[in-house]
Amino acid sequence: MTYDPNYETVIGLEVHAQMLTRSKIFCGCPTTFGSEANGQICPVCAAFPGVLPVLNTELVRMAIKTGLAIRGTIRHHSEFARKNYFYPDLPAGYQISQFELPIIEGGELIIVAQDGVPKRIGMTRIHMEVDAGKSLHEGIQGASWVDLNRTGTPLLEIVSEPDLGTAQEAGDYLKKLRSILRYLQVCDGNMEEGSFRCDANVSVRKRGATRLGTRTELKNLNSIRNVMRAIEYEAERQIDALESGIPVVQETRLWDANQNVTRSMRGKEEAHDYRYFPEPDLPPLIISQQRIEAIREQLPELPDAKGQRFMSQLGLSEYDAGVLTASREMAMFFEETVRAGAQPKAAANWISVELLGRLNREGLDIEQSRVTPVHLGRLLVLIQNNEISGKMAKDVFDLMLASGTGPDQIVQERGLKQVSDSVAIGAIIDQVLAQNPQQVQQFRQGKTKVIGFLVGQVMKASQGQANPATVNALLQEKLSG
Amino acid sequence: MDPTQSTLVQAQGLLRTRQISAVELTQAFLERIDRINPVINAYITVDHDGALEAARAADRCLRAGNATPLTGIPIGVKDLFCTENVRTTCGSRMLANFRPPYESTVTRRLKEAGAVILGKTNMDEFAMGSSNETSFFGPVRNPWDIGRIPGGSSGGSAAALAAHLALATIGSDTGGSIRQPAALTGISGLKPTYGRISRYGMIAFASSLDQAGPLARDAADIAVVLQILAGHDPMDSTSIEADVPDYFNTLANRLDGLRIGIPEEYHPDGLDPEIRCALKEAERVLLDLGASIIPVSLPHTRYAIPTYYIIAPAEASSNLARYDGIRFGYRCQEPKDLNDLYTRTRSEGFGPEVRRRIMLGTYVLSSGYYDAYYRKAQKVRRLIAQDFHQAFEAVDLLLTPTTPGTAFPLGERVDDPVAMYLSDIFTINVNLAGLPGMSIPCGVDQRGLPIGMQMIAPVLKEERVLATAHAFQCATSWHQRQPEL
Repeated sequence: MTYDPNYETVIGLEVHAQMLTRSKIFCGCPTTFGSEANGQICPVCAAFPGVLPVLNTELVRMAIKTGLAIRGTIRHHSEFARKNYFYPDLPAGYQISQFELPIIEGGELIIVAQDGVPKRIGMTRIHMEVDAGKSLHEGIQGASWVDLNRTGTPLLEIVSEPDLGTAQEAGDYLKKLRSILRYLQVCDGNMEEGSFRCDANVSVRKRGATRLGTRTELKNLNSIRNVMRAIEYEAERQIDALESGIPVVQETRLWDANQNVTRSMRGKEEAHDYRYFPEPDLPPLIISQQRIEAIREQLPELPDAKGQRFMSQLGLSEYDAGVLTASREMAMFFEETVRAGAQPKAAANWISVELLGRLNREGLDIEQSRVTPVHLGRLLVLIQNNEISGKMAKDVFDLMLASGTGPDQIVQERGLKQVSDSVAIGAIIDQVLAQNPQQVQQFRQGKTKVIGFLVGQVMKASQGQANPATVNALLQEKLSG
Repeated sequence: MDPTQSTLVQAQGLLRTRQISAVELTQAFLERIDRINPVINAYITVDHDGALEAARAADRCLRAGNATPLTGIPIGVKDLFCTENVRTTCGSRMLANFRPPYESTVTRRLKEAGAVILGKTNMDEFAMGSSNETSFFGPVRNPWDIGRIPGGSSGGSAAALAAHLALATIGSDTGGSIRQPAALTGISGLKPTYGRISRYGMIAFASSLDQAGPLARDAADIAVVLQILAGHDPMDSTSIEADVPDYFNTLANRLDGLRIGIPEEYHPDGLDPEIRCALKEAERVLLDLGASIIPVSLPHTRYAIPTYYIIAPAEASSNLARYDGIRFGYRCQEPKDLNDLYTRTRSEGFGPEVRRRIMLGTYVLSSGYYDAYYRKAQKVRRLIAQDFHQAFEAVDLLLTPTTPGTAFPLGERVDDPVAMYLSDIFTINVNLAGLPGMSIPCGVDQRGLPIGMQMIAPVLKEERVLATAHAFQCATSWHQRQPEL
């Protein structure tokens, strides 16, 4: 899509990330749900009279980890607040969130812009809050049903500054943020299932203008692709409106992924007055510097740092380092492959070309690969030691992928071990030369290209097991002799 | 001897020495309730079966010799403490048939200590009121004059004691709801430090002010009950993690060296002269017991009512949002749509005073008004707390009247909410500052209606209030007066 070059787009994103705590944010109910509606709830989830929230400290640890990973400031004193509104899937009639004093303020995320130059995206804040339940309307006549299983699931709301300029940057930002959350093991990042949700604030303004244009908030964006498409559509819509002399109205708009349009959901006048005030049932959250430092020490290596290390210590290209650090699982796979003895460059190649190519065809993630990093590492060692040929290795790899068996067993069972023994190969060569006098004649008359045919015949006769380098050297020797 | 006429500590003795069994004691109270409650209306629910079953269990403990100080003691509980499977109404149509699936920490602790819960006492709807006239289950009558109110919102808990329908009761106090009815019915009532007793399972009115506390015939009985209730509860993050002293064994007979402050703001010109006189007389008793009397000032006292009537309704408007007719409680008939369900459920389920406070609270929190009302009220609240901290640098305890007048006639202030709100003028600041405060009887007016005095101590100094009250009660007999029924 091409933008009107006279305008620039200003985008800020609000991400709601479900945290992978074992129990809910304010009670002991598990966060893993059974299929039965309202099967995982207690009086706290259902906001029965007299119940009180007790904060899950694991959530605080996860919020601090996330704050440190984006280089934000962890507040030593933060506060919970109530956001009041009526809705059937919000049992208390208020959501416990953070408002004036969030746990994390500031921070940044670096994305690589289209021109290849790193771009800093400022972070506004991260706060903790509770998820609501679900209202069910489909297939029910004259009523709606409420399932409170999700009620009490802990969320981090992660808010960026309006520093994103294109849909592509928004997509890159979301991928980067999701990758960090996954590295930290605080969120599974699944947008389709709603554990990583995004709302986008979009406005446009004349290039060079300093004042921000009127923004709209886009909702119902359930994939990164939809976030990008919705932003593109919305920016164009706003530019068209302004060009036609119609002002942009501040409102919330829903993305319709079937029609590829955004539609007005509610205007500014219909916006809720949330009547925020400090949550009196929870004391202020006090976090000591000591606690922050203890968590900092346990932070895993994050994608940027890991990528740098892959380049400087393991000699990978920037591209390979990018691919192999895109997810924590990918990086772990690569590092385990190297630990199993593979040369880093070969491992990078095999993972990014052979493994990912095949997994993509099958629609699998790297976690679902039947080839383990140890097996892949072993396969690459066999190649490095000339025990099998590169060509044969690809066949072995296919078998590994299909069966989940290790390379040694496959090579053993199928007798695929490469033969480098010059006596054995010499015998085969003698046989081939005897059977092809015409080609031998041609070679000796100077048509040296014919050696390719002879190598092929030797390989065929050896059922592919002969070491091609040995075959080549011996053939040269014998034909010249 | 009629065991319903004894104090809790006396009944303990009767049970221990087997002069009476817990079942006999419980039966005596249940029979008296059946006879007198129809007049007084102190109980909304009487749990005959549950009480007798608990009494039988108590007798087994007493025989086995593993009784606690509360084993077999019949107690009434304000109807906002959730009791598993026993109806908990909060004095409201909204919860008229609500049977909680869980137990409040207060009632759990009472039960674990072997107490016999007789039933659930009447109260102003959602604890909003000072006369017990806002209850959906009808007003409570003052045992001293059944044409008068007993005070509120723990009016049922106070009247039940004055009418000898329990040995102790549990109330809750958000702006004076234990102390004011205690004063108007001639009994003793303690509001502990905010956070001293868990709020888990206590239906919320205003979360930053609500505090449960015991009412009883005298300070010694209150000490015994408080001992069981006080202490940190992991289910209530605002409950205080501090050691619980031995309240009973720190009760005193003498008050030598105790410095008692008299805040001038609590003796305004308009104060009922009979109350002024009773307080003067009480000061003389305390001097005789060895205390010294020192005038002090709490300059922000006059902001109490406006500050409270911003903060408490604000929290209430949010706390009461959960009554939407969807998961429990009252639900209107055949709602047309979601908005109709909300509007009619809440209009029909809540009484006028509750609706008034929800609207007040919604207003002060709304966009554009928050800074002018709620934020400013929080600042004033801090100034009020500071007044107390400064006063406590010079004195150990403050002595004030509990109420500006004695019990007023039923219906007198129903249509004048501000006049009603002013009956808590001396008690509200103690909630805003989170301090322990206690009311004990210290005289009567010319009609023979009880007058109460309030003692206020620094945070977590309940034992100081109790010791002073006990010494006073050793030297006086106001707490032994009984209404004729």
